[in-house]
Amino acid sequence: MIKLDAKIPEGPLSEKWTKHQSSVKLVSPANKKKLDIIVVGGGAAGASAAASLAESGYNVKVYVFQDSSRRAHSIASQGGINATKNYKNDADSDYRLFYDMIKGGDFRSREANVYRIAEISNKIIDQFVAQGVPFAREYGGHLANRSFGGVQVSRTFYAQGQTGQQCTLAAYQALMRQVKAGKAKIFARRDMLDLVVIDGRARGIITRNLITGEIERHSAHAVVFATGGYGTIYYLSTLAINSNGSAAMAAFRKGALMANPSMAQIHPTCIPVLNEYQSKLTLMSESLRNDGRVWVPKQKGDKRPANEIKEEERDYYLERKYPAFGNLVPRDVASRAAKERCDEGYGVGETGLSVYLDFRDAIENQGKDAIKSKYGTLFDLCEKVTGINPYKEPMRIYPASHYTMGGLWVDYNLMTTIPGLYAIGEANFSDHGANRLGASSLMQCAGDGYFILPVTIGDYLADQIRIPKIPADTPEFDEAEKAVKDKLNKLMSIKGTQSPTSFHKRLGHILWTYSGMKRNEKGLKKALEEIKELQEEFWRDVRVAGELYELNHELEKANRIADFFELAQLIVLDALNRKESCGAHFREEYQTEEGEPKRDDKNYSYVAAWEYTGDILKSVLHKEELIFEYVTPVKRSYK
Amino acid sequence: MNITLKIWRQKNRDDKGKFVTYKLGDVSAEMTFLEMLDYLNEKLIREGADPVAFDSDCREGICGMCGLYINGRPNGPRKGVTTCQLSMSAFKDGDTITVEPWRAKAFPVIKDLVVDRTSFDKIIQAGGYISVNTGAAPEANAIPVKKENAERAFDAGICIGCGSCVAACTNASAMLFVSAKVSQLALLPQGRVEAKERVRAMVQAMDELGFGNCSNTGACEVECPKEISLSHIARLNREYFTAGIT
Repeated sequence: MIKLDAKIPEGPLSEKWTKHQSSVKLVSPANKKKLDIIVVGGGAAGASAAASLAESGYNVKVYVFQDSSRRAHSIASQGGINATKNYKNDADSDYRLFYDMIKGGDFRSREANVYRIAEISNKIIDQFVAQGVPFAREYGGHLANRSFGGVQVSRTFYAQGQTGQQCTLAAYQALMRQVKAGKAKIFARRDMLDLVVIDGRARGIITRNLITGEIERHSAHAVVFATGGYGTIYYLSTLAINSNGSAAMAAFRKGALMANPSMAQIHPTCIPVLNEYQSKLTLMSESLRNDGRVWVPKQKGDKRPANEIKEEERDYYLERKYPAFGNLVPRDVASRAAKERCDEGYGVGETGLSVYLDFRDAIENQGKDAIKSKYGTLFDLCEKVTGINPYKEPMRIYPASHYTMGGLWVDYNLMTTIPGLYAIGEANFSDHGANRLGASSLMQCAGDGYFILPVTIGDYLADQIRIPKIPADTPEFDEAEKAVKDKLNKLMSIKGTQSPTSFHKRLGHILWTYSGMKRNEKGLKKALEEIKELQEEFWRDVRVAGELYELNHELEKANRIADFFELAQLIVLDALNRKESCGAHFREEYQTEEGEPKRDDKNYSYVAAWEYTGDILKSVLHKEELIFEYVTPVKRSYK
Repeated sequence: MNITLKIWRQKNRDDKGKFVTYKLGDVSAEMTFLEMLDYLNEKLIREGADPVAFDSDCREGICGMCGLYINGRPNGPRKGVTTCQLSMSAFKDGDTITVEPWRAKAFPVIKDLVVDRTSFDKIIQAGGYISVNTGAAPEANAIPVKKENAERAFDAGICIGCGSCVAACTNASAMLFVSAKVSQLALLPQGRVEAKERVRAMVQAMDELGFGNCSNTGACEVECPKEISLSHIARLNREYFTAGIT
């Protein structure tokens, strides 16, 4: 029986991390040279962790499925990264960022973890600036800031609409420096297919070489998953099309717990679905809501061009419903409000499934040049994808699957319930509760990778210094390799009639319909049945073209979708279990008369961590009670 | 619309490879180029044939993973777009479209339209970074950076490492790619300290990896999906020559 211990250090909130750093066990530089660490994933979290671990002396091996770690989807993060520098003199502090995140997450995250990330946010900015990230500057040469959804201060650092690209490349370059120094090695075009656990400890991974198809073994003293989120499970999402949940599921099957899997963020400002062939949705950064105003026509089914609709005929519904935060309400609130207007028939565009985001007033007040310098790249992107020129007419937006707050359960040290297996960045569940605030994802990735993991992993590895190289010829490796080969062979041998992608589309449709922005018990139960049926059909009739031992994108997809079927069921189980509405999780049975979410702190103030038992539907629920010592959970109001 | 595709098929690195022609009907002008290829592949799978291998990931023009040589131009006929951002509205009914992988000695073909670009990683490894260990950074505002310089550094820093510049160049030179990184880091005070060593090491790596010389034709700038300016090559040259005078 697993007993959850978050290992939160004693002492006042603001001293926990400092005290913890002074008390963790250390590994001397001479001993670090003897220890190997596997890092799976090379994005903002993976690359920053791998570079920092290698700099400190460990031998690091990095595995990515793209051709280079610079491609990881952190690269697409747009709007910015938060820090509590208080350069704007607007009374910002670590406590305020902590409180904003706790409240934004609807009081479903761990106080100690969230405070820690707020506390180190400034060091992250220092690090990125030193690494050459060209953040926006004021005329005096100092760093510029902007504001973001869900907060009332300006603490977001940014590089136009490509902050993620600049930060990810900085981490990538730091990693390349370590490759040159011989301390890190990159294994590109490798898919991580299984985790190897020996005597209860994570000791290695099984990968498929995506060029040759070969199945390979890799061993190490510890394994770090920086494998991102699984928002692609909805098929259409803002994620890269190859992002997936297979690493999380591999760890889950080997005994790691999955926490809050149903907490999936649907981002309010995405370019709407344009046609049935579409393979992904493009995000328009939330920073646009700083100056853009969201509206729909007051009249149902008004098909006139936006610019012909007069001011008094427009419903700025976010400003109307939430006067205190207006267009800057958090993502979950903005998404539900857009869905509500469209469901009621006020939506615009051909499908009626979009709302306007309008810069007319901002351009009038600030001038075109000022708007261009803030959002130029985003406006260009919008015009490229939709043909709409946002300088002249409002862009159209609609919510889309974006980020998963849920992920592998980790303790304060970012270790999963499998000793020696760590999860960092979006792959873990720890900092965002039921809803993530904007510009806090890069912050968490970089915080975990640069500053937290390199400290906490030493505490575990200090006991490992007497263990020489981990051999990769043990029965555990044999077994894991065989399981992987069996699964791949099975997928190849079905030779059915339907492509993996066609199954993915159908699975995504089920989840979007029943487990998306709004959920209810009846729908969720129906989803479970439909997913199960589709899963059976998949294993009976999928057609994987090509061969096992060659570059084969179809096999890669099929394997990821096979895992998605299991993960989808876990998501629905979790959504069924949580009989309350909080953050991104909105259960229609639990809402106020005005349609606002009704949280149930008495019964659901916990992290739901699921344990695999061999049958996904019989996964066992473990509860990590959330104890709030420094904030009082209040009704989350942005009115 | 109906189109004819002439696509480069090559089983693996050692295969000679050849063009194969496919007729494709019901292509919508709303599809992106890669969605059109997805559509072709779904059809090929239904027919029991081997789908065409091509790389892509973010599909929003930022990861740099995709990149195809379309009708003799990197990323096709439109300016300032990656292949994943190219819309089929750029073509018309009855068109024949030739699709090839990047062609460069330093980018060997792995399969069909997929090439090996690890040489770009190796160029960055040679010096495309600022040597600062985690934890050693001073306070972020301690060193002011001119707004203009930060913006120019950003304009260079937006390179996505897709390789279009190499594919566009008659000499298969990686000069635009290298200059973008050299320029970004040279424009920032944090990067000045190692500027000389960096430019020498990166140019040397580029030469050793089999990329050609730059003869200033400017094709790279025209075809760069991020429209990175040739002026960065000029800055690289200045940096390189002054690095030599020590």
